[in-house]
Amino acid sequence: MSANIVEIDNVSFGYNGRMLHKGINMSFPKGKVVAIMGGSGSGKTTLLRLIGGQIKPSKGEVRVDGAVVHEQDREGVYQLRRKMGMLFQHGALFTDLSAFDNVAFPMRELTNLPESMIRDLVLLKLNAVGLRGAHKLMPTELSGGMARRVALARAIALDPCIVMYDEPFAGLDPISMGVICDLIRTLNDALGATSIVVSHDVKETFLIADYVYFVANGEVAAEGTPHDLMQSTLPFVHQFVHGEVDGPVPFHYPATDYRSQLLNYTDTAI
Amino acid sequence: MIKSALNGLIGLLSGIGHRMIARTWRLGAGARLFFLTLMYSGESFRRFHLTLREVYFTGVMSLLIIIVSAFFVGMVLALQGYNTLQKYGSSEAIGVLVALALVRELGPVVTALLFAGRAGTAITAEIGLMKTTEQLSAMEMMAVNPIARVVAPRFWAGVIAMPILAALFSMVGILGGYLVAVPLIGVDDGAFWSQMQANVDVRDDVINGVIKSLVFGVACTMIALFEGFDAPPTAEGVSHATTRTVVISSLTVLGLDFVLTSFMLVV
Repeated sequence: MSANIVEIDNVSFGYNGRMLHKGINMSFPKGKVVAIMGGSGSGKTTLLRLIGGQIKPSKGEVRVDGAVVHEQDREGVYQLRRKMGMLFQHGALFTDLSAFDNVAFPMRELTNLPESMIRDLVLLKLNAVGLRGAHKLMPTELSGGMARRVALARAIALDPCIVMYDEPFAGLDPISMGVICDLIRTLNDALGATSIVVSHDVKETFLIADYVYFVANGEVAAEGTPHDLMQSTLPFVHQFVHGEVDGPVPFHYPATDYRSQLLNYTDTAI
Repeated sequence: MIKSALNGLIGLLSGIGHRMIARTWRLGAGARLFFLTLMYSGESFRRFHLTLREVYFTGVMSLLIIIVSAFFVGMVLALQGYNTLQKYGSSEAIGVLVALALVRELGPVVTALLFAGRAGTAITAEIGLMKTTEQLSAMEMMAVNPIARVVAPRFWAGVIAMPILAALFSMVGILGGYLVAVPLIGVDDGAFWSQMQANVDVRDDVINGVIKSLVFGVACTMIALFEGFDAPPTAEGVSHATTRTVVISSLTVLGLDFVLTSFMLVV
């Protein structure tokens, strides 16, 4: 039995004639927090969707707990998804349900547990993210950070063995960011799960990740522990980790010669 | 000169071709969603409270607009009907005219048009926003089928609500017609009701009206659901989808009404 719960093996994926991934290899060992980092539009979230079976790779395969995801039928994919929890970028809470009912949703839909047990389990999960007292609130009454925490409680409602986080720190204040950061690590260790964190927030991600993959130009540009990557001399990694304005990822979008464009009054494209 | 005209013609033809392909694709996708909805409908009946909740949102919440509109439509029908019928000395037939017009045509058709504007747009906007805010993706990732959990209960709610709303529309319309014809104009009370009783047939008029409203219920709800499900996940996409729901539903209802009426009159 492999020590990796998720394996991405030589995966290529693209649409509209543009290849987003060109033969990516990644492995996610059980019990670890693994981060996927890279610039906006580098296909990080798409990798999560490939793992979740929402899209199929053009080439290669994604294996979850030994099963090739894209070879499964609908029921097979659903069986695999029952082993996963996912925190979406903006929480994706059901707006017509309270915080309590949001967390209870997967339990009510996928199990036959009695309502009394669901109540206890939901309060347990909400307590784990520090929001037991907010169980009656509707999603519109929650702040961004609170909504993210309720969504996290919902993602771990059925104690999944894989938890995927899509930009968990995006748009949060420093306190909420610290809380989410701490929760990802604590819940991962408490559940004995594997966490896959997609993010471009270097500081927070490096704080909790055991291993990091950098994705650029459709390939794994670098990989290693946060410590190794901080010391990396690879130009892309150096620019990304230190937030430098110019480097392998240029400041300017490719364009024609600046001087000639300014002087060319017949250029009607503007 | 000739070359540019030729290019223009090719552009025009390819534009028409693209539109035809896109519309055919949407028709196929809509049909596919319809069959999947029927396939995954078991949940809507096993957990009937999910469907009942949607009946409340689509049916009960549409009651006000249906009742007020029906009342005015019935009153106008009585006024216009009396104005014409009295020229031929048959103003007592006003009850039959109001009832037949409502039960056969206006009840199902106007209810469906109002339903498309009130409940249809709400369904499209809700599902479109659920898609935009990744709620449908979240459901998928939880191994919960959105078609079974979101689409099917709304579909059956629409199918259940439409005939009830149409029946209410006809009933309130007749009441509106009565109030104008009898107390206001002075048509004989007994003639109003007895002529209606004698000339409105259950099978030819009432049942056919119910069949029409059932068909309109399927069409309007499915169009609203498909437009929401197919909407691009942006504010503009949801806005366009909502507009399309009203336009396509209205045209479909009017077209289907003609086809159904033709068959009903022949058979």
